[in-house]
Amino acid sequence: MSSRDRILGRIRRATADGRPGPGLEPVAPGLDAGPGLGFDSGFDSGFDPGVPRDYLRVHAERTPAETADLLAANLAEYRAKVHRVVGEDGLAALLGRLLAARGARSVLVPAGLPAHWLSAAAPVRVPDRAASTPCELDAVDSVVTGCALAIAETGTIVLDGGPGQGRRRITLLPDHHICVVRVPGQVVDSVPQAMPLLDPVRPLTWISGPSATSDIELDRVEGVHGPRTLEVVLLGAQ
Amino acid sequence: MTAIHLGMPAFPAFPAFPAFPAAAGKAVADPVLRANLRRATHTIRDKRARAVAELADWAELRAAGKAVKDHTLRHLDRYLLELEASVTAAGGTVHWAADAEEANRIVTELVLATGEREVVKVKSMATQEIGLNEALEAAGIAAYETDLAELIVQLGHDRPSHILVPAIHLGRAEIREVFAEEMGGWGRPAPEGLGDDPRELAEAARLHLREKFLRAKVAVSGANFMVAETGTMVVFESEGNGRMCLTLPETLISVVGIEKVIPTFRDLEIFLQTLPRSSTAERMNPYTTMWTGLGPSKGAEGDGPTAFHLVLLDNGRTDTLADEVGRQALRCIRCSACLNVCPVYERAGGHAYGSVYPGPIGAILSPQLRGTGSEIDASLPYASTLCGACYEVCPVAIDIPEVLVHLRERVAQGGPVTREGIRVRIRPAHGHAAERAAMRAARLLLNHDDWPVALRAGERLLARARRLRPRRLPGPGRAWTDSRELPELPAQPFRDWWAARDREGRA
Ligand code: SF4
Repeated sequence: MSSRDRILGRIRRATADGRPGPGLEPVAPGLDAGPGLGFDSGFDSGFDPGVPRDYLRVHAERTPAETADLLAANLAEYRAKVHRVVGEDGLAALLGRLLAARGARSVLVPAGLPAHWLSAAAPVRVPDRAASTPCELDAVDSVVTGCALAIAETGTIVLDGGPGQGRRRITLLPDHHICVVRVPGQVVDSVPQAMPLLDPVRPLTWISGPSATSDIELDRVEGVHGPRTLEVVLLGAQ
Repeated sequence: MTAIHLGMPAFPAFPAFPAFPAAAGKAVADPVLRANLRRATHTIRDKRARAVAELADWAELRAAGKAVKDHTLRHLDRYLLELEASVTAAGGTVHWAADAEEANRIVTELVLATGEREVVKVKSMATQEIGLNEALEAAGIAAYETDLAELIVQLGHDRPSHILVPAIHLGRAEIREVFAEEMGGWGRPAPEGLGDDPRELAEAARLHLREKFLRAKVAVSGANFMVAETGTMVVFESEGNGRMCLTLPETLISVVGIEKVIPTFRDLEIFLQTLPRSSTAERMNPYTTMWTGLGPSKGAEGDGPTAFHLVLLDNGRTDTLADEVGRQALRCIRCSACLNVCPVYERAGGHAYGSVYPGPIGAILSPQLRGTGSEIDASLPYASTLCGACYEVCPVAIDIPEVLVHLRERVAQGGPVTREGIRVRIRPAHGHAAERAAMRAARLLLNHDDWPVALRAGERLLARARRLRPRRLPGPGRAWTDSRELPELPAQPFRDWWAARDREGRA
């Protein structure tokens, strides 16, 4: 007998006590139910796991401006540096300044990043390519990306590899990450609001503040392996 | 049902490890360790309470998390098959491992097949549980832990003592010493004149590990959750070492306990809210990585590994599932909140539990995964005062005191259990050996001046409340419980019970 069959058999014997599980009645025969099963778990589309979902979709009523403020406050509390800028022109100037202040000589540019974002930036552009080796990427100073969305209540930005975000490793190896969030368009209040907007098939990276550790006497230290500096630019905020 | 005595643990206790009372006694006698532990657990516990208080719907989230896990466990066969189908469709390969030995063999063969002789590892309880690093080493493969605390523990030839902060028992001076002495033997040595400032130490770890990340071809991880519906794997972390391991290498092997599956992607919204707050007391941990097989491009576009293997681990979990009281331990999402509120953990330290799962959850999980045949496992259900604090903080509402009492009963009286899928009846422990051991533990742990009075009071209340609750084992256990009174809890609190027993013993 394969271990797969052995494990599945053990599970079926362990749960085959004839009582329905929490919030669940036995339903129609299901996927690969196996012989000798005293209890049929069912696997049809009308299946209701009976999970109570009376938790909140959002934890407060907020105007878009309040949501943006909360995002900024929560990001800052986690030691991300937050900047606000009103229009695209201001954005180019700001990104130029931030990269210069950092002393960056090279910047990673994901495919699909609006070209004019970096129109005022001096550093050498390094395009995100499949062929780049980790060592090559490690030598780059900064990276500028957009994001899929941001979550105000938790101070989180989520990247999904879409246009302007690039491969996961480009926001991992450089020590400085600047992420641009369109406000209010890309900002949701809560985690439950974010989930339906995300595609689980894409690789998802949730980022809440820069890399941090509390492993040494519980002192929080920013940056062990990921970027030690995270700057978030809220584009369109007042 | 055959009456046999089951002596062989399904996964090893820490080598040559004394039973809980002896180990706890050593820890209690170490004032530095006790002070460290006390400060650490109190710091995290206070922060956690604030983070939880921020969410008005904590009780609802907790109930939902419990319900998702209970539902999944009831239909685990179905969800594992769904998971297998979705991971496979997304370009991954699924393996099934009935026990530690099989899991180790599968991983070793997968690594050897790549032609590589070293792997980088994301912190994972499951791979510690099965002793994977040792198995790989025996096959000539070096496994590098990349979580800072795990690195400290590995370099120091030490053992983890906490689920979340495995090096909690070490101070900065000790860590500095470990780095200065041991890093050179594994790769890039610590910088000359390394000080003990946490910043300097973290920087030393960054430099030491970066060269490993950049050349690593194979990574081994666990996962916090696996989504059946989509095949999505989820890892929560803080440092970025997880992202390094999950992103840069060509081959990724994840070893995950079968209880980590949840039905839908949406279900994650519950645990994304409860796990970080319960664990690190943050609104959200710095990094969470989710990946589905090889992604939409099946790894062809250079974003992440080009081979993904998922090893589904049983190793005593199905036996735990067969116990209707004990199975709730499988809901555990390893947040470690129960450790930080436990007065026994605070005194005894993580090593006393003789397992990778310390604290209250360890006291109920290890004896179920391994059976109660060994002295350490038989004594673990007694490593508690039943004060109930662990239940209060648990984000998936595991009634740890209930399981502890259930397991005490099993140790003291024997009864039906499932081992390796077979129902057997175990004999009572000889002359209540474990109980006597527990008495010694209690004397060490409870007779201190600073023992909080409130806790004793709470304990009494709880004991009274519990007596009002009739409990019978449903299902196959019923015949057994029908014929006897269930001595679920001592009528008096454990401390008084011990004091009385001690007096009797001396009389
Ligand atoms: S038992 Fe509950 S509180 Fe303890 S680690 Fe598991 S989930 Fe957290």
